[in-house]
Amino acid sequence: MGSVGDVSARDTDWDGVRLHVVTGKGGTGKTTVAAALALALAAGGRKVLLVEVEGRQGIAQVFDIPPLPYEERKIAVAPGGGDVHALAIDPEEAMLEYVEMFYGMKRAGKALSKIGLVDFATTIAPGLRDVLVTGKTSEAVRRRDRNGRRVYDAVVMDAPPTGRITRFLNVTSEVAGLARIGPVRNHADMVRGVVASPETAVHFVTLLEEMPVQETLDGVANLREAGLPVGGIFINMVRPELLPRAALDAAANEGLDPADLALGLKAVGLAEATPGAPPIAEALSREVAEHARRTRLERRERRSLAAAKAPRYELPLLADGADLAGLYELATAIREQGAA
Amino acid sequence: MSDHPHHSRGGEGTRRASPALDVDAVLDDAATRIVVCCGSGGVGKTTTAAALGLRAAERGRRVVVLTVDPARRLAQSMGLTELDNVPRPVAGVKGSGELHAMMLDMKRTFDEIIEAHADPERARQILTNPFYQSLSSSFSGTQEYMAMEKLGQLRRADEWDLIVVDTPPSRSALDFLDAPERLGRFLDGRLIRILMAPAKAGGRSAFKLLNAGFGLVAGAMTKILGAQFLKDIQTFVAALDAVFGGFRQRAEQTYRLLQAPGTAFVVVAAPERDAMREASYFVERLAEERMPLAGLVVNRVHRSCAPALSAARSAAAAEELEARGEHELTAAVLRLHAGRMQLAAREQREQEHFASAHPTVPITQVPAMPEDVHDLAGLREIGELLAS
Repeated sequence: MGSVGDVSARDTDWDGVRLHVVTGKGGTGKTTVAAALALALAAGGRKVLLVEVEGRQGIAQVFDIPPLPYEERKIAVAPGGGDVHALAIDPEEAMLEYVEMFYGMKRAGKALSKIGLVDFATTIAPGLRDVLVTGKTSEAVRRRDRNGRRVYDAVVMDAPPTGRITRFLNVTSEVAGLARIGPVRNHADMVRGVVASPETAVHFVTLLEEMPVQETLDGVANLREAGLPVGGIFINMVRPELLPRAALDAAANEGLDPADLALGLKAVGLAEATPGAPPIAEALSREVAEHARRTRLERRERRSLAAAKAPRYELPLLADGADLAGLYELATAIREQGAA
Repeated sequence: MSDHPHHSRGGEGTRRASPALDVDAVLDDAATRIVVCCGSGGVGKTTTAAALGLRAAERGRRVVVLTVDPARRLAQSMGLTELDNVPRPVAGVKGSGELHAMMLDMKRTFDEIIEAHADPERARQILTNPFYQSLSSSFSGTQEYMAMEKLGQLRRADEWDLIVVDTPPSRSALDFLDAPERLGRFLDGRLIRILMAPAKAGGRSAFKLLNAGFGLVAGAMTKILGAQFLKDIQTFVAALDAVFGGFRQRAEQTYRLLQAPGTAFVVVAAPERDAMREASYFVERLAEERMPLAGLVVNRVHRSCAPALSAARSAAAAEELEARGEHELTAAVLRLHAGRMQLAAREQREQEHFASAHPTVPITQVPAMPEDVHDLAGLREIGELLAS
C-alpha cells in the first residue's frame, strides 16, 4: 500500500479538521469516497468514525458487511494499524438517546415513542430529524475519554446529497421558525457551533460531467453563503487519458486515420476482421473519436471546477468497481494527494 | 456476486434473455394514462421522463410531463424557465400530438390544498403558522406527497391522454410511495388526539384533564420540545383538523390511482451495483404494492464498436507493441479498447444479476452519451434509443 502506511508527521490539507462531511450528487460515489477518506484518515494508527445518516446502509454495502446497528463498531483496519469504526444513525434512536441523556427520562422516551411522537418528530417535523443526526455526529466529534483525550481523531459523515446539504447542515435556521427558544434551539446551537467551526470541512464528490459539476458549484456557493466551511472537491471515477493530447485533438476533430491503426494492428496479427463485419481499425477509430470528445468535455468541466476555488483531488475509475480492494486504492490516492 | 453464473465475455456477448421493453407499445396504448419514472438519484430519471413524454407526443398523444427539480439545462430544453406549477406547451414538437411540461411547486401545491379544504379564516391561520411554513417547504416527505397530489389533480382534470411524471430525488427511491401512508399513520395516531386535547378543552392547561399516563407524556413533551414549539404545533394541528379528512381521502385516492391498470411504472437505473440494487428493491416493492410495472430502463450503458476483439486479446496486443516499442498510438488505442471492454463486461454482469433475480421484467438500454441533453433533438434521440 506504499505511502498509506507511512505516517511520519506529514502535512495534509485538512490538518486540524475533525469532522469531514462528504456530500455529492447521486451516482457520484459519495459513500465510496467517504469510506476511502475514513480509511485514509485512519492510516498509521489513528481512530476514525464513519457515520451514515440516511438509513440506506450504504457503508455496510461498501465494506461488504452485514447491516450496521445503531451502535459504533469497528469495521475495518487501515494500513499501518488505524481503526475505522462505523455508525448508522437512526433518527428515532438518536431522539430516544437524546431524551435519556439530557433529561434522564428513559420511560417518558418510550412513552413518546409509543404514541408516535418520536416518529412524528423524526419523519414529519422539518429540521428536527436533521438536528438529531447532526447532533449525534457532533457529540461523537466532541466526545472525550476519562483522560480528556478525544475518542476519535476524526469523524467522517456520509451526508445527504449536494442538493440538500446546505439545508441539512444549516440546522439553526432550519429550526429557527419552529423553536426560537427552548431545548431544541439549544441543541441546534450546539450543533451549529461544531458544524460551522474550522474543525469541520464539507467535501464535495463529483464526476467530470455537466450536471454533477454544476451542482457542485451551486453547492459550494450555497455553503459559503450560509457561512459553512467548504472543504475539497473529490473528482471521482477519473479515466486516464491514454492517448497523447495531439492524437486526442486530431481524433475529436477529424478522427484517427484507420489506415494508421491498421498498420499497427497488422504488426500484432489483429488486422483480419471477421468476414462481413467492419474492419477492426475502423471500429477502433470510432471508439477513439468518442473517447476524444468525452475527454474534451471533461477538460472543460475540470476548468469549471477550478472556479470553485477549493482544493481538488482526482480519484481513478476502479476497473472492478468499488470493492474492498478498490477502497484501499482510493485511500492511497487520497493520501498521496495530501487530502488526508 | 461471484457465485452468480454468467456466460458473457464482452459488451455484446450472449445475454441472459430478459424480455425487451416495448416502449412504443406502452406509449401508444390509449389505455396508458400515467407513466411514473422512478429509480435512485443520478440515473437519468428526469431525462427519461422527458424523452418518453416527447416520444409519446410525437406519436400523436396529448401529453403532460410533470417534473420535480429538473437540472437547469434539461428544463430549458423543454422551454421551462420558471417553477410556476402550471403546464406550459413545449414548442418544436413534431407531429399531431402535444407536449406540455411543468415543474412542481411544492409549497404552492400544499397551499392550494389548504385553501380548497378550509374556510378562509382557518386557511389564513394555517398558512401563516410557522410550523406549516416550515413543513410545506422543507419536510423531506412533502415533495413526494405533493408530487403525488399534483399527479392526482392532473389525472382528475382529465385534460391529458398521458401524464409522465418523474419522482423526487429522495433519500430512498421509495419515499414517494411511503409519504401518503406515513401522513395517514400520523393523522390517525394517538399523537394527534393528545395534541388536539388542549384546543378541544378550551386551551388552558388541558393536559391536566388527561390521565396520569398522558400527563407524563405531556410533561415530557413540554420539557423536550419546549413550550413554544409545542404551542406552535398545537395551533397548527388544531387549525389543520378541518382539512385532515380531505387529506387522508386524497392520499388513498392517489395510492389507488397508482395501482390502476392505466398506470405504468418505469424503473430507471444505471448499470452500476448500487443503482441496480435499488432497481431490484423497487421492482419487488412495486409487486408487493400491486403496482403495474412496465419494465426497466438501463441508462448509460457502455458498448464497444469492436466487440469481437476481447479485452484480454486487446491488452496482450498492446503489451506486445509496447515491448517492441512500435506503433505507440495503436498500442494506446488497444489499451483504451481493453478498458472499454472491461467496463462493458462489468456492466453486463450487473444487469445479468438483476435479470436472474427478475427474469420476467422487460428491459431496454440506452447507451452512454458523450454529452448531456440540452434540447428537444437530444431528447428525441434518447426516445429513439429507448424504443429500439
